[in-house]
Amino acid sequence: MELLPTIWFIAIAVLWTGYLFLEGFDLGVGMLMKGFARNNTERRVLLNTIGPVWDGNEVWLLTAGGATFAAFPLWYASLFSALYLPLLLVLVALIFRAVAFEYRGKVDTPQWRARWDWAIVLGSLVAAFGVGAALALTTTGLPLNANGDRDGGPFAWFSAYAVLGGLAVVGFSLLHALAFLALKTDGDVRHRARQWFVRLLPVLLLPIAGWAVALQLQSGKAWTWAAVVVAVAAAALAWFFGRRGAEGRAFLSLGAFLLLGSASIFGAAFPVVLPSTLNPDFSLTVANASSSDYTLGLMTVVACIGLPLVLAYQAWTYWVFRRRVSAAHIPEAHSFLPAIASRVLASKD
Amino acid sequence: MDALEIARWQFGITTVYHFMMVPLTIGLGLVVAVIQTLWHRTGRPEYLRMTKFWGKLFLINFIMGVATGIVQEFQFGMAWSEYSRFVGDVFGAPLAMEALLAFFVESTFLGLWIFGWKQLKPAVHLACLWIAVIGSVFSAYFIIVANSWMQHPVGVEMIDGRPVMTDAWAVFTNNTALVAVPHTLFGALAVAGAFLLGIAWYHLWRRRHDGTDTVGPDGRVVPGSSDIPGRDRADHAVWIRSLRIGAVVAMISFAGTAVTGDLQGKLMFDQQPMKMAAAEAACHDGTGFSILSVGNVGSKNCDDVVAVIEVPGLLSFLAEGDFTTEVRGVNSLLDQYKADYGTHLPDNPIYGDRAGKEIQYVPVMEVTYWGFRMMIGFGGVAALAALAALWLTRKGTVPASRGLMRLAVFGILAPFGANAAGWIFTEMGRQPFVVAPNPDPSGIDQVFMFTAAAVSPGVSAGELLTSLVVLTAVYAVLLVVEVKLLVKYVRGGVASAMPELAHAPADENEDQTPGGGPGKPGADDVLAFAY
Ligand code: HDD
Ligand code: HEM
Ligand code: HEM
Repeated sequence: MELLPTIWFIAIAVLWTGYLFLEGFDLGVGMLMKGFARNNTERRVLLNTIGPVWDGNEVWLLTAGGATFAAFPLWYASLFSALYLPLLLVLVALIFRAVAFEYRGKVDTPQWRARWDWAIVLGSLVAAFGVGAALALTTTGLPLNANGDRDGGPFAWFSAYAVLGGLAVVGFSLLHALAFLALKTDGDVRHRARQWFVRLLPVLLLPIAGWAVALQLQSGKAWTWAAVVVAVAAAALAWFFGRRGAEGRAFLSLGAFLLLGSASIFGAAFPVVLPSTLNPDFSLTVANASSSDYTLGLMTVVACIGLPLVLAYQAWTYWVFRRRVSAAHIPEAHSFLPAIASRVLASKD
Repeated sequence: MDALEIARWQFGITTVYHFMMVPLTIGLGLVVAVIQTLWHRTGRPEYLRMTKFWGKLFLINFIMGVATGIVQEFQFGMAWSEYSRFVGDVFGAPLAMEALLAFFVESTFLGLWIFGWKQLKPAVHLACLWIAVIGSVFSAYFIIVANSWMQHPVGVEMIDGRPVMTDAWAVFTNNTALVAVPHTLFGALAVAGAFLLGIAWYHLWRRRHDGTDTVGPDGRVVPGSSDIPGRDRADHAVWIRSLRIGAVVAMISFAGTAVTGDLQGKLMFDQQPMKMAAAEAACHDGTGFSILSVGNVGSKNCDDVVAVIEVPGLLSFLAEGDFTTEVRGVNSLLDQYKADYGTHLPDNPIYGDRAGKEIQYVPVMEVTYWGFRMMIGFGGVAALAALAALWLTRKGTVPASRGLMRLAVFGILAPFGANAAGWIFTEMGRQPFVVAPNPDPSGIDQVFMFTAAAVSPGVSAGELLTSLVVLTAVYAVLLVVEVKLLVKYVRGGVASAMPELAHAPADENEDQTPGGGPGKPGADDVLAFAY
């Protein structure tokens, strides 16, 4: 077995899991901006719970992508080019979402806010769905030819697995966000988040469980089957804690569910990183898609220094902003009298 | 247009666009960090106001840098899969390091800075900004290491037709990168300098225009105050100080770009001689630097290019540091390139329709020639303007002229233009290679890749066109939104970033920001509620 490529396969699985764990709740909070949040104050409560951290969370996605490029260039090239249009949608979604967070409060009119609220909701939804679809397809396969390029046109990637994976990440993110809001807010929002969490848990976790089980049927190993079983137990525990109002434990149990679920998925896929549905000989594997040992060794050193640092200062951020946010904290919207009232460079006097 | 051309347009548009935000992020970030440090040291209220005001504009711009950067990261795999496969072993590493070692730092500590005004101790809060800013400098370093490897591949060996990294130290200390990084950082500071200068000028002009400030008999300013929130006496200090800082930064950074640019030029004569010859539209061997060449500089055969104004010896100086060495022109280089790298693209399907076609080794000379001159020209004009601005404002305010004010405001665009021109020159001058050959005869000169082979074979022209149209449209809309918001916050003055100024009567402002400087974090403060 190839040691360094295997380590990097695990590292990339860890990065994706970290991404889903962290960005999971902020994508979900984004989707809850309509429907769950009832008025502007509640929306601002939601936004401010993720305000200090969402950009740092998103970097997990960039790092997962960058690490795939560095460690498995052929995987990166085939996956990203085969999923050209869906990833374009993800990019547009992420662009609008990021800009919306920052710009929403910068003009104090209802139309302006409503427009950016939709950008946040749709941006989060599309991004979660697209990332889920891409991840599912990299475990279940794409129509790749001998060179690793997609045969069959722009939509050849489309399959039931794409939809399942999309729903899986959307569902998980929504649930994770409810657990997060129950933990991070106070008052009405907190109570509603708790209720919704308990009520919706079985539905929202169904697609991700479906994906994990489907993959086990295809290429499961004994330990990955076991991981699925424990993951289901963790989900049950999360439900139980949610009902009892133990918000911290519910959140952690859900995190354990994600960890085990993704271990079962990546573990079942290993050592194939991207199967070809045309011919198994064309499949990309840990062995034939990786960089040289020299590069992987260098990246291992860098990751051993970098990753613990990242975990440490990101954990510190969550500690600094550990207090609950509630509607009572939200200050008035900033409306200001401009120092310059007339039109910019055009006044005639 | 075929897939390759669309992909190139897309990469060019999205990257140049990303690089509108990037230099302002890097440059303004450094400036705001210095200003907050000054506030921390002196406790003077104008420094707090400057931190808040310029910090607000910094954030409005930063977010666009983030949003457009994500596209960059994905783009290599999506549109340039053959390129990614070919270079992945070397090129992926700096990209991954950029994310792991720089983007995490930038985004996390900036989040702490934005939301932590009340939560963190002042010194820690200031440190967060510095860490974020240093993160952005590191991000520039890593990405330029990646880019420089495309300009000048080092530290690799060809194994099974692919370059494989054998010497990471060589890659990360590529001399091309070591000069390009400071050059780009100075270019970023040039943008920040002009930004401060232009906006501060506008506010000073406005204060005079509105009658808030008057000019005494000796020509010196008499700062006044008005009943508009934030428009008090301290407000004058905010703008004059910003203006001076901006002007000084603009001048220093031009000097910095000139020195480092000269070093880059010397390297380029060795590393990519064709690019530099094309930058000069220098067809024949010689020593003179063309100030103006007429004829068709875009023509690839050089026959009808005539240098009208030439500075004798200057080209040799740029290349070698003396005035007599003959620098080789396009015509003699062309023969050498053909001998070394072939006259026709190989008959290989990865070249698509271009397989077997003749190779055009001369880049589009209109672009390289004018790109090079626009870079230097715009930068130089901005630096001269900054010098003039220092002189014109020596009595503490700006002249009442509306025309001069407009000039200062539109002058903000000049260094942006210089940066864009610099990159367009660098990237298009490298054509027809996406990875330019390193002419060093150590065996590494066979590590190169033609752009024609780099694009994703599985992606159709239709898909590429869709993304080109979609991304360009999205970027155009967002540019309008960003500029609108920047203008709104600029016009709002300091109070737009410090609403507390609006809630207190004007003459009590000094109490709000007492001479004692930054205060203690309050126990009840949950967040700075930026959203
Ligand atoms: C000289 C500097 C420089 C250059 C040449 C580039 N960038 Fe950049 N980039 C930055 C300097 C920078 C920055 C200053 O660090 C930014 C701007 C705003 C920000 O968040 O960081 C950034 C943001 C940024 C982000 C978002 C980071 C986040 O979410 O926090 C990504 C993914 C990239 N860039 C990727 C790229 C790629 C793949 C490039 C090459 C084609 C590129 N950038 C060119
Ligand atoms: C690490 C940084 C960069 C990398 C890896 C990179 C890489 C590339 C690649 C792969 C292409 C497409 C092939 C080609 O047409 O040459 C390209 C083209 C281009 N890039 Fe860069 N680039 C980088 C930075 C930049 C920046 C910062 C800019 C400008 C702001 C820029 C401007 C362009 C332009 C204008 C083109 C189009 C050139 C043409 O079509 O002839 N690049 N670059
Ligand atoms: C006398 C002044 C200058 C000289 C001699 C100079 C020289 C150069 C050279 C030779 C290159 C090409 C490097 C390559 O292709 O490998 C370059 C690139 C570039 N220049 Fe300049 N430059 C000057 C001023 C400026 C100014 C004022 C700015 C911006 C405000 C600027 C921004 C850039 C940028 C962004 C690039 C592309 C990135 C890079 O390769 O560093 N330059 N410059």
